[in-house]
Order: sequence, then structure tokens, then C-alpha cells
Amino acid sequence: MKTYDAIVVGAGHNGLTNAAFLAKAGLNVLCVEKNDYIGGAAVSRNLYKDWIYSNCSYVCSLLRPEIFRALELHRHGLQVTPYGGGVTLMENGDYFGSYWDHDVAHREFARHSKHDADAYDRYSADVMRQCRFIRDFLMRTPPDPTSFKPRDIKELIHLGGKFMEMGEDRMYDTIRFWTMSVAEYLEEYFETDVIKTALSGSGIIGTALGIHSPGTAYVLLHHYMGEVDGNVGSWGFARGGMGSVSKAIAGAFQAYGGELRTDAGVEQIVVKNGKVKGVALTTGEEIDAPVVVSGMDVKRTFLKCMDKNDLPEPFWNRVNNFKIRGSSGKVNIALDGLPTFPALPKGSPLLDGDMHFIDSMERMERAYDDWKEGTWSKDPYIDMLIPTVNDPTMAPPGKHFMSCFVQYCPPKVEGREWTNEERDEFGQTVINQIADYSPDFKDLILHAEVRTPKEIEDEAGLTEGNIFHGELTMDQLLFNRPVPGYAQYRGPVGGLYMCGSSTHPGGGVMAAPGANAAREILLDLKRHNTVPENFGDD
Amino acid sequence: MTERFDAIVIGAGHNGLVCAAMLAKAGRDVLVLEARDQVGGAAATDTFAPGFSVSSGAHLLYGLQPDVLSDLGVKPELASDNLRTIALGSNGSHVRLRGNEVEGVDAADQQQFREFHKNMRRFARLLNRHLNRKPPRLGTKDRGDLMSLAKLGFDVRRLGKTDMREFLRLIGMNIYDELEERFANPLLKGALSLDAVLGTHLGPRSPNTILTYLYRMAANDGRLATPVGGMGAVSEMLANCARDYGVNVRTGQNVKRVVVENGRVAGVETDGGEIYESLTVISNADPKRTIMDLTGTRHVETGFTRRVHNIRMRGNAAKLHLALDHLPTIAGIEKKDFAARFVIAPDVDYVERAFNPAKYREFSPKPVLEITFPSFRDPGLAPSGKHVMSAIVQYAPYELKAGWDDAARAAFETCIMDTLNTCMPDLAGHVEASELLLPADFEKRFGMGGGHWHHGELTLDQFMFVRPVGGAAQYALPLDGLYLCGAGAHPGGNVSGAAGRNAALAILAKEKGA
Repeated sequence: MKTYDAIVVGAGHNGLTNAAFLAKAGLNVLCVEKNDYIGGAAVSRNLYKDWIYSNCSYVCSLLRPEIFRALELHRHGLQVTPYGGGVTLMENGDYFGSYWDHDVAHREFARHSKHDADAYDRYSADVMRQCRFIRDFLMRTPPDPTSFKPRDIKELIHLGGKFMEMGEDRMYDTIRFWTMSVAEYLEEYFETDVIKTALSGSGIIGTALGIHSPGTAYVLLHHYMGEVDGNVGSWGFARGGMGSVSKAIAGAFQAYGGELRTDAGVEQIVVKNGKVKGVALTTGEEIDAPVVVSGMDVKRTFLKCMDKNDLPEPFWNRVNNFKIRGSSGKVNIALDGLPTFPALPKGSPLLDGDMHFIDSMERMERAYDDWKEGTWSKDPYIDMLIPTVNDPTMAPPGKHFMSCFVQYCPPKVEGREWTNEERDEFGQTVINQIADYSPDFKDLILHAEVRTPKEIEDEAGLTEGNIFHGELTMDQLLFNRPVPGYAQYRGPVGGLYMCGSSTHPGGGVMAAPGANAAREILLDLKRHNTVPENFGDD
Repeated sequence: MTERFDAIVIGAGHNGLVCAAMLAKAGRDVLVLEARDQVGGAAATDTFAPGFSVSSGAHLLYGLQPDVLSDLGVKPELASDNLRTIALGSNGSHVRLRGNEVEGVDAADQQQFREFHKNMRRFARLLNRHLNRKPPRLGTKDRGDLMSLAKLGFDVRRLGKTDMREFLRLIGMNIYDELEERFANPLLKGALSLDAVLGTHLGPRSPNTILTYLYRMAANDGRLATPVGGMGAVSEMLANCARDYGVNVRTGQNVKRVVVENGRVAGVETDGGEIYESLTVISNADPKRTIMDLTGTRHVETGFTRRVHNIRMRGNAAKLHLALDHLPTIAGIEKKDFAARFVIAPDVDYVERAFNPAKYREFSPKPVLEITFPSFRDPGLAPSGKHVMSAIVQYAPYELKAGWDDAARAAFETCIMDTLNTCMPDLAGHVEASELLLPADFEKRFGMGGGHWHHGELTLDQFMFVRPVGGAAQYALPLDGLYLCGAGAHPGGNVSGAAGRNAALAILAKEKGA
């Protein structure tokens, strides 16, 4: 029987990244994946004729450039093209567009409010400062504040030092930024409802919180701290869909000699004498390795794939109470042609970016109230994109693919399983909202895939369909992520590691958790480190 | 000839009085100017119907800092102490809480409650040590600030590994998840979540509500009491104490502006045009009013003004006072139980639903209530044989989308009475008179901006180092000689006296250093 130095469970982008860095260090690594395709939630799937769907994640920005370069992802075919702009269509027939060009953007702000146009520069500078601050921590292992180990103390001092470096006033700003709600944060800069609404969306995407919940300003950051080609805050499309990201990382992994097995679901992570022994597949096959790394979220890893008796009780309880809430769904649509939006001027570049159809803070928050009551938002926040405007490879000539990310959508309806009728009704809610602004949209629909958190869990394995593998609230960030005392990628059993988005710095197609976990594993194995350092900021 | 003092305190709220008394005790010649005809600010006893009096603002005493009492050598006379909380359920099945004991729930919940209470008490005590200190400034090389920060770090570490982790996890969290994790009984969860949201613009699901819960427990482990004569008596006690130390307390004197000369404070001017001179002016008013109205923004930097402008202080707590000819009937409640604090918050989702409308500037159609019958143990508050009911009602936003006209007030009062009726079916028949105080009424009567009883929302972004705003958390405002001593400063509201005491100590320390 073949044995390995390490087995990585799950070929999502983090699992693959972790496997690639381990393989690069010369380890004999096997990556197992339950589906017959790789990528987890970063996939391109051919679900209807010649259309390619990015049916989970749909845009790319957070992928760490350090990792991109260290794994030479360009050589494995990854191309990310930035897209500009974005637009919020309003009930009164007007719209609010955002543009990359500073002067154009300023004019558009000023069209709605002169005050807000001026405030925007201040806002951008302030948010960018927070981005710079946090970007430094993305590729680092969080220190344990309760520990007296030199490494933890050194890291704590580093963290404190970066904070102090900001200067007194900025330190106060930072405290506030990390604890405020996105609504209140925006309230401090802007007066126009539609502008605040357009900017607030990033504060709640993927979370089970509303724009008025404290802590959501930080989530905003989670959508601003990425970059495309060194442009911090910009977003792009992966050519060929999000599966291209996973494919490129898998390419790197295999180029370093790693072995990839699909259709190999893990039944259990086997523990013997307090150490991992390997994994047992659903087929009954057992594969041994002294190191097992889980790319799955912590609930799935510890509650479903491990024996409770192998784990310390307090740890098991904490994981059991880990907050990983399904709050979003997706509707993916194949289109016969490009829908028109009469509110926008002909040929407007705004169609290239993301489109939103909710124009007031109250509507945003009410969408959350529906979720709290256990139902999908009747007037949801939709982040809609048509990637084929930029990337013709994803649909036949003249045809289009539309991705709608929908907030909020519960994992269960009023506490019970979704029925097919309810799922269709949810899909129809989304389609109707878009159709209100595009009269020809409904006639162009060839096929629609409606995904509630349940479908996302069943296919990609994300518990409750939570795109971040766990809420990004303060009690689950940094040294608290995934649970206090276990934030350094090591599980509670010898040889067991976590590398998924449940760990610091959290979700998004970032690959930082996978890389950080690899660094810790290589450290424990006394191998040379293949994981790159933070580039540092400009 | 103008009078001259070592220090002038604007407003005789309980914090203003504590601050003045502390300064006078240290030998300063202090003047307190109060706009109303009585002292105490929102810690007041007012007559709301002939023969019926009530604590019109805060009606329970739980936050009064032992340090304040011992420094000033005073002690309030209590009508009742260590009150029980009764979470009212339907059909006479209630949950009763006191200290770490809970009745009316199963053994598992009782066990969990003891553990929960122990944790919270430990963290609340840690918090309390830092409520009674001036928060350090960040990013300075000042020895005092660094020591203070080090002490904070040390205190947290001293909890030990397990508790420290728990503390760091909980401090930014919402109470909803913690309650759901531990308890099964809906009444218990409802009552505990109510404590976390009273006086705030937060619902149980809002992160930050563990902090507000801890804040409520900080001074005396959450032990509840009522003073004889209502809250106004506590203020009288503090005013008398201040006078004994030589403070000059003058009521009916509204300060119009802070006099600024040569870039520093020179005194104050009252409505009557009277000018009182002092190089130290301490404002017990809320920070917005202090800067925007009393001082004038032209004397401070724009950046500072903007921060002050952004302080969130829109209140949500209303009060309902009822004059009753008889105590109401409550199923399962005996007469002796009426000393207790009753809450109507039947489950945690009910509380969250009550909060929802507040986000849209609408009032709760089904509000949450904290109810006391102060006259039960303190008969002087009502004519013989009759009673007073005092209830804090949430949520009643400061500004209503449709405006708080008479119809809206009446509609809200009906909602409150309907909610009360579910537990006290004969209450309406016993009502002789009623008074509803909305946040705007508090603002008008006591001058607290937004009618917010903390003079500013008590959330992490307005707490400690950044309360009221970053750079001014040490009581000195960025205008030479101007200070804050009210609830808008660290640590925040409640009848606690901590802000007044901390401010006095900071001023004395500064004088010593200068």
C-alpha cells in the first residue's frame, strides 16, 4: 500500500494551495476530493450546453499576489482581467454608477450630491488605510495572546507595532472601523441614500448580519483588501470562470509532483494513539499518512469526519457552536443575448461591472429581517454580473452567462428543509427583481440554476452554504478563528491541520489560509519553508 | 463685579455633583450651575400626578460605584435591595432570577445559568476596574498612559488561559448566540437579552450586546436596588454632600455659553447674562451639546468637530408612569412579589422583533418592558393605599419617520397598554393617571441630546479610548480648561458617578502635573 507524507482533504483552492506548497517543499502529497471535479467553490462548470458557469464564487480579487507568484499561476494558465465600475439601479428610474476613472466617478457622485462627491475622496483614503493595515496580517499566523512563547510575543509586538505606526488619530479610527456597523460608518461620510446603499453591500456579502449590525464595517474591508495586478481594491474575472483559479493551482501542485484524486470522499480522519493515522475513504479504502490537512470547514472536519472520542470535549463544543451560517444563495443563468437596461445610457460601460437593484438602506436592512425570520429576502440584495461581457470564452458567440449572488437566503426555511417549490419561488424572486429593470430579460433566459445554501452545501461541502466557512465576526477573527487556542492551523490531534477558510484570515478566494497552514506544517516537519512572505505594501 | 471660582461645573446631574464634590474635597472653590429648579438631572424624582411621584429617568439603582460612595463618605438609603427579577410568562408560569439563582427553569438551565453568571461576573469585575480609571491615550510615550495600557493587558492576562480566551471571544459578540448556546427556557433568554439591550440602539442579535450586558453588571454584580424617595433622593444626597464640602450649587441658572478668551476657557455666561469666571469649566452636558451649542465649533478643530458630530446618541428608551388606585392582578404573582422588577420579554426573538422597527424609525408595536412598583416598598411615593408603576419601554426611537405627533404618542401608549394587558388583565381599570416620556421629552426636560440615557450609544466604537471621541477620552477636551464629566465621557451612563469621579481625579492630576 502506498503511503504519503501528507494527505490534504478537499481540492478547493485552499486545499490545493496547501498541497502545492507542501509538494514544493519535497513532500509526497496526496490531495483527495469527493467530487469528480476539483475546485470546491472555485469552479467552472458546464451545466447547460456550451455555457460555462462560475456557479459558486464568481469574481476574483483577494487571491494573494504572493501566492500567485510563488506558484507561478500564470504558467498554469490563470489570467485575471479587471473589470470596471458597477451600478445601482433605482426605483425612480435613475441610477448610481461607479467608475474607475476618478474624475468620472466624482462627476457621478456630484450628480447625486456634491457633499458626497467630496466625502468620497476622504472615505477612499480612510478605507485604503485600513486595507493597508490588515493586508500585512493576511499572510501571517495569528499570535496566541495567552501564550508566552517567544514567537507569539514577537508576533504580538509586530501587530501592536503596526497599529502604533498609524499614529494616534488613526489608531482611534481603526478601533472604530473594526467595531462599527457599515451603515453607521457610511453615515459618517455620506448623505445620499443610494450612495450609502451602493457602498454598504460589501459589508454584508456572505454574512448573516445586516448593514446595521456592529462589526460589518470590517466585512467591507474583506471585499476591499484584494487587488488585481497591484491595484488594491479592484476586482476581476478569471478567464474561463473561477475554475481556472483552482485548475492553475492544481497545475502547480502536480508540477511539483503532487498526486490528485477526485471521486475520493473522506469518510473519516483516522486517529490512533492520539495521532492521525490517515484517512478512510467512503469506498472503505484507507490511506495512511502522518500528516492530514483538512481543507473543509471546521464543522464538517470535526463533527462529520472525525470521532468525537478522538477530540477534547471543550474543543468539540466550541466547534459545535462555531457560527457558520448560510445567508446567501446563487442564481446562475444562461442568456440568449445581452439584456438591456433602459435606465442606463446606450453603450454604458456600467454593464461591465456588478449591478444592484436595491437602492435604499431600509430595503437592505429589511432583506436581513426576512432572513432572521427564517425565510429568503422577498426584496433581496443581488450582486449581478455578466462575465461574458469581458470573457467570451464562457458562452457561445453572442450568448451570455449571468451570475446572481443573492443575499439573504437561509439554509432552512423556517427551520425545515427547502421544498422544490420554495427553491423555484426563491429563484423567481431574483428574476423578477432584475426584470423590473430589464424588460427583455425574462425572454432571454435559456436556463437557470437556482442554488440555496442547501445545494451549495451538498455540492461544495460548505456547511450551511456559508461562503466564508464561518462568520467574520470579531469572536471568530484573528486569534479567535476558528476557535480560541487553535488559530495556528494545528488541530487538537497530533499531525492534524486545518487549511480551509474557517482559519485566519477567512474566506474568499484568497488562498492565504492554505498557504499559512503549509508554513506551519513545514515548520513542524522541520522542512524548509516554501511559503512566500508578505510582499509588503508599495 | 463677576464672581470667580477655581472650577465651574455646568449641570447638577449626579456626575456633575460627584465631580464638584471631589474637587471641593481637594480644596477647590467650585460652583455648580443647574438649569432646572432641582438638582439631579435625569436622576430625579418628579411628581407626575397629584400625590404620585416617580423616578422619572433611571428607576433602579445598580451602577452606583462603591468607589464614589467611599470617596465622598455617603451612602444612599435603600427602600429595597437585591431585587428579584421576574420574567413574566403567560398563564402564571414565570422565571425568577436573583444573583446566580434562577427558578422556574429545568436543572440543565439552572446549571448553565450558574456558569454563565460566574463567567459574566468575573468579566464584569475586570471591566469595572477599568471603568473607574481614566482611559489611556493611545500612541503616546506618556508613562501614565503606557502604565495604564499595561495594566489593562495584565488584568486580561491574569484571567488565565481559558478565561482570557473566553473573554476575548465574548467581548465583541452578541448576547443572542451566547444565550442560544446555553439555555433552553425562552423566558430566561428573553429576560437576559433585555438586560443587554436596555438603553441602547441594539437588538440581541447585534454584536456588542455582551459588552452592554457586562456594563450593566459591572459596578455591583448587577445587584438591583431602589432608593427611598426615588432617584431624586440620591441626587439630593450628593448635592448635600457637595455643599458640605463647600460647593456652591445654584439651580435655575441655565448656562448659555462657555466664555472663551485667548484660545482658552475663561468662564461661563448664563441666560440672565451673568458671567462667572473660571479657568476650569467642566461640562456635565452631553459632548455634542458641550461642543456644538455651549462652546461653539469655531474654537475647536474641524476634524474634532466632525467626530463629535458623528457621536451616535439617539435614544430608544421611553418611560411610562402610571398612577394606580390598586396593584394589578398578575397570575401566579403574590402580593409580596411586587417588590420585584418585572420584565416582559417573553423570548429573545420577541426582543429582536421589538428592535426591528427602531432601525426604520418606527416604534415597536409589541414593545419590551422593565416594570417596577416603587411605591410598594416606598409608600411615600403615592397616596395611602395607592401605587405607582414605573416602566422602561423599548423601542421608541428619538425621531419617528412619521413624526411624534399626538396620534403617534397615543398609538404607542395603546401598544404598551396592550402588551401590559397580556400579563396584567385588570391594569387599565386601576389607572388614575399616566405619563409617557419619550426620548424627545427626556431631551427637553433634562437636556440630554437625543434623550439617550448614556449620552451616546454604548458600543465598542464609542467605548473606552474612543469615548466620547478619540483623543478626548481623558476628560480634557481640546480647548484649554474645558472638561467633560457626564455620561458621554468614559465610562458611560447609569447612575454610577464614575464619570464624575474620574473627571475630578483627571483634573486634579493635571493641575498637579502642570
